[in-house]
Amino acid sequence: MFETTGKKAKELLAYYQAKLDEEAREAKKNGKLVCWSASVAPSEFCVTMDIAMVYPETHAAGIGARKGALDLLEVADRKGYSLDCCSYGRVNMGYMELLKEEAITGKTPETLANSPAARVPLPDLVITCNNICNTLLKWYENLAVELDIPCIVIDVPFNHTMPIPEYAKEYIADQFRNAIAQLEVICGKPFDYKKFKEVREQTQRSVAQWNRIAALSHYKPSPLNCFDLFNYMALIVCARSRDYAEITFRRFADEIEENLKNGVYAFKGAEKTRITWEGIAVWPYLGHTFKSLKGLGSIMTGSAYPGLWNLSYDANDESLHGMAEAYTRIYINTCLENKVNVLLDIVNGGQCDGVAYHLNRSCKLMSFLNVETAEIIKEKTGKPYVSFDGDQTDPRNFAPAQFDTRVQALAEMMEQQIAGEAE
Amino acid sequence: MYTMGIDVGSASSKVVILENGVNVVAAEVIQVGTGSSGPQRALEKAFEVSGLKMEDMTKIVATGYGRFALKEADKQVSEISCHAKGIFFLVPEARTIIDIGGQDAKAIRLDNKGFVKQFFMNDKCAAGTGRFLDVMARVLEITLDDMAEYDSRATEIASISSTCTVFAESEVISQLSKGVSKENIIAGVHQSVASKACGLAYRGGLEDAVVMTGGVAKNAGVVRAISRELNREVIVAPNPQTTGALGAALFAYEEAKR
Repeated sequence: MFETTGKKAKELLAYYQAKLDEEAREAKKNGKLVCWSASVAPSEFCVTMDIAMVYPETHAAGIGARKGALDLLEVADRKGYSLDCCSYGRVNMGYMELLKEEAITGKTPETLANSPAARVPLPDLVITCNNICNTLLKWYENLAVELDIPCIVIDVPFNHTMPIPEYAKEYIADQFRNAIAQLEVICGKPFDYKKFKEVREQTQRSVAQWNRIAALSHYKPSPLNCFDLFNYMALIVCARSRDYAEITFRRFADEIEENLKNGVYAFKGAEKTRITWEGIAVWPYLGHTFKSLKGLGSIMTGSAYPGLWNLSYDANDESLHGMAEAYTRIYINTCLENKVNVLLDIVNGGQCDGVAYHLNRSCKLMSFLNVETAEIIKEKTGKPYVSFDGDQTDPRNFAPAQFDTRVQALAEMMEQQIAGEAE
Repeated sequence: MYTMGIDVGSASSKVVILENGVNVVAAEVIQVGTGSSGPQRALEKAFEVSGLKMEDMTKIVATGYGRFALKEADKQVSEISCHAKGIFFLVPEARTIIDIGGQDAKAIRLDNKGFVKQFFMNDKCAAGTGRFLDVMARVLEITLDDMAEYDSRATEIASISSTCTVFAESEVISQLSKGVSKENIIAGVHQSVASKACGLAYRGGLEDAVVMTGGVAKNAGVVRAISRELNREVIVAPNPQTTGALGAALFAYEEAKR
């Protein structure tokens, strides 16, 4: 039994991440169900049914960060997946192909044996939701077809206008009820509504601690570099409906608050400028992007990406309309006007001096509105911005030198503006 | 007091030595860039021309893609800020800069004090850069220096894609096989570079005076095409390859005065 008392948040993060993978492997070994899930698909239903969960996007991000993406991307390339498809999807398809080959032949393919990927088992079912993109539909449908397993789809309409209308919430709540009915058939047992309420309450406690951390970057100087959120988000994705996330986030927030109280800041005395990073991390170059910005004294105090999991709702609401709203108001599932408002809050909340927009070759939904978004934010805040080319997990789409030039120029523009030299 | 700016680009190395922040005593270019003997040779040439030594330099600022590889530098500044600085020094009325180098094309908007208001650069793509012209010159079997001359004799502008260097290369080959004159094809190639660069310039909100710099500014054909595309006069910066290094030398001077 792992004793959490006295452990640092970083240790808890590593422990629970490994534990989740171990639980999935154990479940598989013991004939229990394993589900692969989209990152912002509701976790509440499968956790209620005691299904072990694996999150391919987080898994792919980890592979990217460990420099193992290319081998798996090549497997997907050979299967015919175009380079224009999302690299999370391609890494996962490559990984699935290798697991499948292993299951069929009884031999571990060399690429899999040599991969730094965390070992996770094949799924018995998949669950997806199109609240962050529509690629997730085809990706998960393909997984289901390739493995001949059930696919639960939670369809969430795009919000062309805000606020979200009641009929949309009712439609999504119906999707939830439909997912529950499917799960009852797949699991061969009735859905446990009492446990479902407890799981919703747990999810809310995790989300509350997650939001507590994010708010700590508002202090100037900041005790938190939001690059840390890129690491900790593994648990808001994979364990928000478990107490693992709550325990870890509470510890991390406590540690940062303690630092704040003692005047210990993320950049010590070297915080010169503060930026918002818009978009997903460049996982294969996480260290490079972090060091490059740190070298310039630019701290990330704003990022809307970790905020995708700000899934707060009323856990007592049995109509599930509140939960439906939480899962549909994700800013990339809303109109430009709302996207701008969300980002404005991030830029202002983090007291940011500028914005760096990741033109992510994988994530069209997060990238294609960047040009328009950037111009509106600039107009409203007067803060400079840059855009850089990259990709969340395909290392071939990112050039470190080009990134460095752009962010250095941004830092220079921000410094001139702070010094009151520039107009 | 002498200060130095060194711009180590992808295709060339440039050094400017400045006296008291005003007089250029050396401005040298070697046509090979980062990772080559270029930076060292450019330094040696600048010292030879000026009769100065490394010890005479109060401060040195490096810029360009190879800016972090130069151990002599006291500071690194991005080429965006350096071009802005250098151009504003030479042409104080400049408000829009179009800089086309070996692997970058950028448009920089300046405020009234010469600071960078906003800038836009090419995506991860060679179309519209100096490399694009290199590739086309090779296919057309002429030298880069001759391109402007050919362009001036064009009777029509052939249509060449601005989306991708490889696509454009195929188009050039196809136009050649159809018997279209090299002159007209080159005018098309220049138009293609211009349309890319002008797209960036329009994004920043175009304002006069428009100044062109970078190695490609030496190609009068591209300058004509940009001027035509923007429908306004385009000033070519004096000694356009060295404006980044000049800006770096000016930053070094400011640093030395602190």
